[in-house]
This record gives sequence, structure tokens and C-alpha cells, in this order.
Amino acid sequence: MKTFKIGGVHPEENKLSAQSPIREAQLPKQAIFSMFQHIGAPANAVVKKGDEVKVGTLLGEAGGFVSAPIYSSVSGKVSKVDVALDASGLRRMAVTVDVEGDEWEETIDRSSDLVRLADRPELDGKTIVEKIKTAGIVGMGGATFPTHVKLCPPPGKVAECVIVNAVECEPYLTADHRLMLEHPEEILVGLQLVMKAVNVTKGYIGIENNKPDAIKLMTEKAKQYPEIEVVPLKVKYPQGGEKQLIDAVIGRQVPAPPALPIDTGAIVQNVGTCFAIYEAVMKNKPLIDRVITITGKSLAKPSNLKARLGTPFSQLIEECGGLPEDTGKVIGGGPMMGKALLSLDVPMTKGSSGLLIMNDKEAKRAEVEPCIRCAKCVDACPMGLEPYLLSRISEQRDWEAAEHEDIVSCIECGSCQFTCPSHRPLLDYIRLGKSTVMGIIRARSAK
Amino acid sequence: MNKLIVSLSPHVHGSDSVKKNMYGVCLALLPAMLASFYFFGLGAAVVMLSSVAACVFFEWAITKFILKQQRLTILDGSAVLTGMLLAFNLPSNLPIWIIVLGALFAIGVGKMTFGGLGQNIFNPALAGRVFLLISFPVQMTTWPVSGDLDYIDVTTGATPLSIMQKAILEKNPSVLNDLPSSIDMLIGQTGGSLGEVSALLLLLGCIFMLCKKIITWHIPVSIIATVFVFAGLLHLANPIYANPLQVIFSGGLMLGACFMATDYVTSPMSHKGQLIYGVCIGLLTVIIRNWGAYPEGMSFAIIIMNAFTPLINTYCKPTRFGEIVKKEAAK
Repeated sequence: MKTFKIGGVHPEENKLSAQSPIREAQLPKQAIFSMFQHIGAPANAVVKKGDEVKVGTLLGEAGGFVSAPIYSSVSGKVSKVDVALDASGLRRMAVTVDVEGDEWEETIDRSSDLVRLADRPELDGKTIVEKIKTAGIVGMGGATFPTHVKLCPPPGKVAECVIVNAVECEPYLTADHRLMLEHPEEILVGLQLVMKAVNVTKGYIGIENNKPDAIKLMTEKAKQYPEIEVVPLKVKYPQGGEKQLIDAVIGRQVPAPPALPIDTGAIVQNVGTCFAIYEAVMKNKPLIDRVITITGKSLAKPSNLKARLGTPFSQLIEECGGLPEDTGKVIGGGPMMGKALLSLDVPMTKGSSGLLIMNDKEAKRAEVEPCIRCAKCVDACPMGLEPYLLSRISEQRDWEAAEHEDIVSCIECGSCQFTCPSHRPLLDYIRLGKSTVMGIIRARSAK
Repeated sequence: MNKLIVSLSPHVHGSDSVKKNMYGVCLALLPAMLASFYFFGLGAAVVMLSSVAACVFFEWAITKFILKQQRLTILDGSAVLTGMLLAFNLPSNLPIWIIVLGALFAIGVGKMTFGGLGQNIFNPALAGRVFLLISFPVQMTTWPVSGDLDYIDVTTGATPLSIMQKAILEKNPSVLNDLPSSIDMLIGQTGGSLGEVSALLLLLGCIFMLCKKIITWHIPVSIIATVFVFAGLLHLANPIYANPLQVIFSGGLMLGACFMATDYVTSPMSHKGQLIYGVCIGLLTVIIRNWGAYPEGMSFAIIIMNAFTPLINTYCKPTRFGEIVKKEAAK
């Protein structure tokens, strides 16, 4: 079975909510829309206090090419356009809407009928990209890179295939898994739309072998589209990393930065993104909701919720049985790469794939011991780096050495720290080194 | 609500620990240790116990009274392991005071002067052994014959290694007829240090460590393969050199290849580096055994390559992601 070639680890899967069907979450009383829901320039708010909005009304327009617009996911009245705490822990510009009723913009098709690509022969690549851009779609696996930018390869680079990232290699998370089981056809049409947008004739769906039901269903449904191939993958973290997935599925490796994934001819889109693309192009629906996994060992009802963007996390937790007594840490995303939250009153965003509640015992780090140079971090690194060395030179603030040792190639997957027998905070130091070195490189090229 | 803990990812850990690895190696050594008790009797047990006790004591005393550290490091298993490995490198009739001196050198000079666990350049147990070998050459090379269970008054005899060296010195291949058969050497009917008796049980321990992912195959396989090929070529060229099977089952080769050279702290970090390190140890071992002053070259070979480990680490980097493509494109 296929997988990526270098490194990797296998954390306990803990997919507690895999059997729990997607439920519609309740409407919040108040929804908060951060203008920073994607990588790139923030959106600029176009509403003011007191404005009436509906589901699908534009709240913020894209702040540049690498940016995305933000739409309201609720109907009601704008009560605040001001900074608010978001999941990153920063106070940043956001629009707050007090919810009244549930009125939708008339342009949105709310029926659940499947629209196939054959039903819409007039669609061409340019129109599809334009619709994706207008709908504010970003990478929904967590990276939140604006999707339309990925679909416009820089001059000289040509796409050869599209790969759907259905790996969901983060432990605990099951949102993509459930989406595949419940909306396989929509995802396939979404993939066809992406293929048409970049003008390629080959599409792959990479699914890890721990989701045999999804592999079976998608393979069956994909039979009607000979250009789409489902590729089962051996379970190994971080297979959902873009570079690792391309390596696993088509056996090509993205060269070191500044090379881009497109240099291998592959364009990777997450399952959730494909579903959102389907809805945007076929149903005219901007990105206003998504599936999020709410999970944790102490949580009463680990679930997959289809929730409106802007809903506070605290409300989603209430719907899954409430915050457990012994909560120690709440993580936005999965346990390997997710961010620990400062507060539960922050809203979910386009990139919120999961919410993991850890009890206080799980939440604490073990005591750090001396490095015994066992080289297990070197074996685990999927980028072929030497984490023990990168961590040490970052600790010593030797930025020149850090750059020489390719610290900017680190994808921050955390495999090294996960595997370290001495419980050393390797990635903490590597992050410090990586961001400093990237700053130095930027300053140098600006001269 | 109680306060939330905020820290950077990853938020989970694979539950591996220093203790698990150290005691895992100790466990892998257990069968060979019991075999040494069986073949050498009380003497082996006395050597083993005094070596482990002395190593743990010196580690405790140095951290407490000289370094004045609060953290208790003797429970992490590394001192116990050093003690076991040192004992495996000693003959079973060695006086206790010499063993204690060896332990003091191993832990005190070999490990703690460099800064303790993870900082030492040379394998502490080997540093202790080489120190004793140079300081007490007579006691260290008087080997009780396997099967003689007395500690105080033992019969001593020639080891396979001294027979092999004699054959080369006298240029007389018939001397090699005195060697025990390969099968006997594999199972343990030979004289030598505690850890030289049963190549088979040491190999089993090595397989256990490989299964538990405590070590990777690169170092043991590259050492054993290199010695086998090099010794085999010599044997083909001139019959005064012993049969390669007897060479790999003799002396401390299995112990060195599986347990001493694979020491985390003193071996290279990348697989490429580990292979270079292993091949060099293999070559040096055969060279020292055949043409050096001492019959056993394994411990010197490992110590010499320990010194090259930082150099190997500097020049042998793991294959970076994307490099494979570059090479393919260049073709």
C-alpha cells in the first residue's frame, strides 16, 4: 500500500466520533465573524453597526488577491464592528451579528438535489474559479490558503492532476470521514469542478486505510467517472501534509523551498474544500458553514456538527454534552498540529476542522530529560531534517547554522516531539528558529 | 471555570521514554547475563553485581556531592546499563577492587566529566574497560575456562582470540585446529569475558531490541557484515587467518556490535552515518585483532569511532525531502 517515503509516526487514532452522523448545530444567539479567517491579507469589513444582514450577505470583501471575502452565516443586525478575541489568541477586527430568525439571500439554492457537471455544460474553467473566489473558499483542512490562488498556477507552471486530501491523519478528527460517507457524490462533483478549473483530466482521492468504509463507498461512486481514482494509503502521520500526500499518491517530491507543490504538477484540495466548491458553484452558496468534529475522551457526546461559521465554540461544546469538569486544555484542530485556545468564547472559522477537549492529565507535558541522541527524531522527521540539531541551534540562537541546516523546510508536524523519549520541546525551539530565519531571509531579499 | 492550559502543538506524546529504552536494553542483556552465570558460576554473578552497584553508587554520589543536583538520575537506567555492559567486558575472576576502579572511571571520567547522560563522547562502559585493560593487562587477560564455576581459584586457559593470534604470529594454520567449533562458539562453550560466552543469546537480545524499535539494524548489521567479508577474504587468501564464522562468533564481537556500538549517545544520528560508522568499526576490529598487540580489537575500534562520531554527524546528513527527485531528474 502506498505512503510517503521519509519518516512519519503513528499516533493513537482515537477516532471517537467516527460512527456519529453529521448533526445540524443550533443557530447561535450572536455570531462573530473574524476578518482573519485565511492566510494572506485580511478582509475589509463593508458593513457598519445597525446594518440588517441575511445568510449570505457580504460582511467583508477580499483585501487583495491572496485573500478571501467573508459572508454572514446568520440573519440579524450588526451590533459591533470592532476587534475581538479569535482562535489564534489575538484581538483582531471582527463583525458581530445579533441573530434574528434565519433568512437567506434568495440567490442561494437551498435544495439538496444533486447537480452533476453534465447538468451544467455552460460552466467553463474561468467561471468556476471566479465563483470559488467570490464564495470566499479557502483550504478547509486547516491551512486556510485561499483556494482560487491555488487554482491559478504562476506563469510557466502547469497542473497535471488534482489530488483530494481525504487522509485526515490527525488523531480524533472525523469531519472529513463523515462528509465522505454522507456526501460522496457532491465531493466527486467538487473534484470534477476543480479538474475543469485547472484543465486536467486526472483526479485522485487519497484516503487512509483506517477508513475502509469511506474507501469502499468512494470507489463505488467514482466508478461512473473513469478519470477519478481512489487511492488507499497506509496509515501514517503526517500523510495529510500537502507534500507528503503528493509523494504518497503520485510518488513525486516537492523540492526544497521556494519550490511550490505545483512544481510536481499536482494541485491538492481537501475533502471539505471540494464539498464547499460544489456548493459554491452548483448551489451559489458562499462559504458560511462547515463540518467540525467536537471530541475528547471526557466529553459526553463526541460529535460531528454542521455549524454556521461565527458560532462560539462554547455553544458547540454545550451541544455535545457540555464542558467536562476535568478539562485541562481545549484545542482548535487536532492534537498534533492544533492550537490551544485561550478562551472558549471565540468563534469557529473557515479553518476549524475540530475542537478537542483534553482532560488535565492529558494536557500536561511530561518532565524534560536530557537528549540521549537516540536519533528517533531524525527517523521520524518526514522532511529528512535533524530535529535534535535544529532545536539545539535555535536554543543557542545560532540563526546562520539554522538556515544552513534547512530549518525553513520544517512543516511543523510535531512528529519529532511526539516521538522524543526525553520529552524535549523540540518543535517549540524549531518554530522560534524557523520564524526568525524566515524573517532574516525576507529582510535580505528586500534589500 | 478553571483556567485552560495553553501550549504549542503537538499536544500528544508517543509515550516512549528514556527509562523504557534503557531498561529495554537491560532486558535484552538478561538472557546473556544468565548464560554467563551458568558458564562461569559465582564469579560472574559477583562481577555483575559489584559492577552495577558501583556504577549506580558513583552516579548517585557524583550528582549529589560534586554536582549538587537535586534531580535523581540513577533511576533512569543508564547507570545500571553501564554497569551491566562493563561487567560483560570483564573476566569472571577479576578482583572486586579492580571492578570498582573500572566503574569509577566509566561513570566518573567517561560520563560525568562530560556533563552526564547524553553528553559523553566515549561509551562509558568501554572507557572503563579500556582503562582497566591498559592499567591491569595481566588480570584483564587471564580468562577462566567456561564451565569452571569457582571464583577464587580457577583454571585459566587460552581464548579463541589468543589462538587466532597465535596462528598468525607463528604463521601456522594448524594452530587453528585448537579452536572450538563454530557451533560451540555460537552457543557459548568458550573462555573469555562474561559477555563473550554466548553469541546466540546476544543475537536474540539484539533481535528483541530491533522489534521494540530501541535500535535500528544499521550499526549491528554493518559491523557484522564487514567483519565477515573482510575476515572471509583474509581466510581465502591465507589459511593462517581463521574461518570468518569463527571470527564473528568469537570475543566481544556480538556484544560490541549489538550493545556497545549501538549506544545512542556515542553513535551517529543519520542512517548513512551509522553505516559508515559500522563499516569502519568492522574494518578496525579485524585489523587490530590480526595485526595489533592485543588479541581483541572490538573495544578499541568502537572507542576510536566514537571519537569520529561528531565528524560523521557534521558531514552525513539524512536524505532531505525532495532530494530523491533531484537525483532522478539529474539522471
